[in-house]
Amino acid sequence: MSLLSTRGLSKHFAGLTAVNDVDFDLPEGQIRALIGPNGAGKTTFVSMLCGRVELSSGVVMFEGRDISVLPAHKRIGLGLAYTFQITSVFGNLSVAENVALAARRRVKGAMVAQVVTEALGKVGLADRMEQNAADLSYGHQRLLEIAMGLAQAPKLLILDEPTQGLADSEISDFKALIRDLANSTTILLIEHNMNVVMELADFITVLDFGQVLAEGTPQDIRANAAVQAAYLGTV
Amino acid sequence: MSISTKSLGLHLGLLAVLFVLQFVLPAYHHGNIARIMVLASYAIGFNILFGYTGLLSLGHALFFAAGMYGMGLVVNQFGLPPFSALLVGLLVGGLVALALGLLALRTEGVAFMIVTLMFAQAGYLTVLYFGEYTRGDEGFVIQQAERVMWGIDLSDPTNRYFAALVIFGVSLLVTLKLVQTPFGKVLIAIRENEERARMLGYDVFLHKLAAVVLSGVISAFAGASYGLLFGYVGASFASVQYSIFPLLWVLLGGAGTVLGPFVGTLFMFYLIDLSSGITSAYMLIAGVTLVALTLFAPQGFVGELRKRVWRWLP
Repeated sequence: MSLLSTRGLSKHFAGLTAVNDVDFDLPEGQIRALIGPNGAGKTTFVSMLCGRVELSSGVVMFEGRDISVLPAHKRIGLGLAYTFQITSVFGNLSVAENVALAARRRVKGAMVAQVVTEALGKVGLADRMEQNAADLSYGHQRLLEIAMGLAQAPKLLILDEPTQGLADSEISDFKALIRDLANSTTILLIEHNMNVVMELADFITVLDFGQVLAEGTPQDIRANAAVQAAYLGTV
Repeated sequence: MSISTKSLGLHLGLLAVLFVLQFVLPAYHHGNIARIMVLASYAIGFNILFGYTGLLSLGHALFFAAGMYGMGLVVNQFGLPPFSALLVGLLVGGLVALALGLLALRTEGVAFMIVTLMFAQAGYLTVLYFGEYTRGDEGFVIQQAERVMWGIDLSDPTNRYFAALVIFGVSLLVTLKLVQTPFGKVLIAIRENEERARMLGYDVFLHKLAAVVLSGVISAFAGASYGLLFGYVGASFASVQYSIFPLLWVLLGGAGTVLGPFVGTLFMFYLIDLSSGITSAYMLIAGVTLVALTLFAPQGFVGELRKRVWRWLP
C-alpha cells in the first residue's frame, strides 16, 4: 500500500493551472525525487500534500485515509513533515528551541532535550545549541531545518530544495544524512541538483507544466527522451 | 547561575526595589509609582499579544475598560464587595476578549489592527450609549467605603501602593513564567514565523486565540484594579487614547521583553510629568524624545539592553 497517494490532484490560480490532474503514489520507505523545470508546479504540488495550499480538485490519501480537507497542522500531526524551500527558522529563538518546538509535538518533558540533542547531533549543530538561529550561516540554517524535520520523526518527510545554497562539502554530508534517514522514514525530495537526485533517489517523478511527464528509476529518467527535451537537456 | 535563575533574580529584584521605594519616596512620586505599576500591568497584558505573539491590536482599551466597568458597575449597581467585583471584571474582560478574538483573528495584519480599533470604538460608544448606568463621559466614583477589601482600605496611599505592587508583581511573574513555558515558546514561534509554526503541527488559530484571551484578562485585571485603587470609572479609559498608550509604553520599553512594559510606562509617565513642568508645549518635548528613541533605540530600552548587554533577558 502507498504511504501517500493522490488522484486527479489539480490546482488553479485564477486561470493558471499550476498542477493538473496528477496521480501520484509513494510507497513506504522510498526516497522519491520530484524534479522538473522552474514553474513546473513542484512546490504547489507538495504544498497541497501538506495542506499549505488548498487543492482545487482531486484527492490526497495518507496511510489510506483521505486528508484532502484536513488543515495543515492536523496533517503534520498524522506524521507529515515539510521543510521550506526558503530557509524558514525562528530567527530570534535559540537553535535548541527551534528543534524543541518541533519535538514537543511528539514527546514531552525530559524527552524533549534528548530528541533535540540527538537531532542536532545528526546534522552536526550540537555545538551551536544556544546560538540564535538568525546568527547561523545559511548552510547551517538549512541543516537546522532538517534537524527540525528529524525531531518530528515523521512518517513522510518532504524536503523542498534542501541543498539549495549549500557548499559541495555540505552537500555530501547532506546525502549521507538522507541515506541514514531513509532507514526510518519515507522521503519526498524536490531537488534541482541532478547529482543529488541521481545518487539518492530510488524513484523519480518528473513534473512539467503541472503534469506528470515521466516516472521511473534514475536510469529510466536519464534515458527518457521527453525528460531530456523538457529538462535535463537544458541543464 | 542558570539563565532562568538570573532572570528570576532580576525580576524579583525589581519588585524588591519597588517595595523599598514605598518607604522612601515623597508622597507625590509615591502616588505616581502606584499608578505606573497598575498601568504597567496593562502594558504587560498588551505585550503578551503584541510583543510575544506578534499581533498588533489597536483596541486594547476595550479590555481595560471591560475590566474597569465590569468591576465598577457591579459595585455601583449591586453593591458587590471589591474582591468579587474584581473577579467579575476579569471574567467580563476574558469573555470580551474571547468574542473579539473569534471575530478579529479571522483577519491578519492591517485588517486585524482596523478590526480591533473598530471594536474598541464600538465599546467606547456602548459606554456612552448606556449613560444611565455608566454616567457616560463624566464617569462615576467608587466610594471609599466600597474600596475596603478584606478590611484593607485601598484608598489609603500606603495600602494602595502595596496593592499596586501585588497587581504588578502578579502580572510580571505570570508573564515571566509564561514565556518560559512550551505554550509561550509557541507564541514566540508564531511571532517569528507563523507559517513555520503551522507546518510544525501547531494550531496557530487556537494559540492566537488563547493569547488574545490571556492578554485581555491581564488588561482587564489592570483596568479593574485601576478603578478600585483610584476610585474612578470613566469613559475616557475606553477611548482610543487608552488603546494607543500601551503600544507606546511597550515600544519604548521593549516589545517582547518582560521588563519592557514597566520601563516604558515609567519613562513615558515621567517624560510627560517633567516636561509639563517646563513648558505648556510639553507634548513637543515628548514627541521629539519619542522620535529620537525610535531612531536610536528602535527595540526600546530593554530590547536594546538585551541586544547589546544581556542576551539572556526574557
